[in-house]
Amino acid sequence: MSEIAERVKKIVVEHLGVDADKVTENASFIDDLGADSLDTVELVMAFEEEFGVEIPDDAAETILTVGDAVSFLEKNTA
Amino acid sequence: MFDLTGKYALVTGASGGIGGATARALHAQGATVTLSGTRAERLEGLAHELGERVHVVACDLSDRDAVDALVPKAEELMGRLDILVNNAGITRDNLFMRMKDDEWDKVLEVNLTASFRLTRAAVKGMMKRRYGRIVGITSVVGVTGNAGQGNYAATKAGLIGMSKSLAQEVASRGITVNTIAPGFIETAMTDALNEKQREAILASVPAGRLGSGADIASAVVYLASDEASYMTGQTLHVNGGMAMI
Repeated sequence: MSEIAERVKKIVVEHLGVDADKVTENASFIDDLGADSLDTVELVMAFEEEFGVEIPDDAAETILTVGDAVSFLEKNTA
Repeated sequence: MFDLTGKYALVTGASGGIGGATARALHAQGATVTLSGTRAERLEGLAHELGERVHVVACDLSDRDAVDALVPKAEELMGRLDILVNNAGITRDNLFMRMKDDEWDKVLEVNLTASFRLTRAAVKGMMKRRYGRIVGITSVVGVTGNAGQGNYAATKAGLIGMSKSLAQEVASRGITVNTIAPGFIETAMTDALNEKQREAILASVPAGRLGSGADIASAVVYLASDEASYMTGQTLHVNGGMAMI
């Protein structure tokens, strides 16, 4: 697992209070990890803070799974 | 009770009667306050009067770029924003059938759209900190309607619906969103009334007087306080009994 993936996973575990082994690449925040829509907004805010990037609304709407977040951040962080 | 020491507030329309009184009251309870409005001289005068714990950011709420810059600026000046008071409002009264598009648009933009944009910006930081107080100053006419004020009343009713919706979204994050609906208050807005209109109004107010800015400011202080943490999505009617809703 990449360093970015590890950091994403840590944020998701902390924010949603779920077991780390449930936070797999294909896990959907809402369907698998019990997030509500407001949690997903907060996760995006937490990613922005952790990685020092801005995630525009249209990109944020496509981040539905852990893997989506990791691949967006891998592409958009230095 | 209602101690606001260590809290950071932004008040729009602080150069007006209700906004100025609100800024004074929040400040008196210990809050640090950023005053926003269009009349820079008045804002500076009020800031001078309040002394410490005060900042001034002039802002024309009909300018969207300026609106979007306001909350970040206030956060930069104060370090964070705990209390947002969307107080600024304008009127462009006209009979419905005579109302110009421009009169409609302008009132919607300043009273409702600017409140939406400021609130959207403010709620982000509040979510992170799990604490926030958003207070919108609506109006009795947003609930009762008022001949000649179709545009203004629409924005004031809109503010109530907007606040109730947001209140549902963010209640679990320690953020409350409420509105205050003043009745007739002594401000520049009511100074424009003639003597006959004033008399007619007073006849409809059981308290027998127009309200003061301080009457509204007290309600803002309550809603902004920690003590009001279980109060959200509500409208406080402060109107001397003219409409009992």
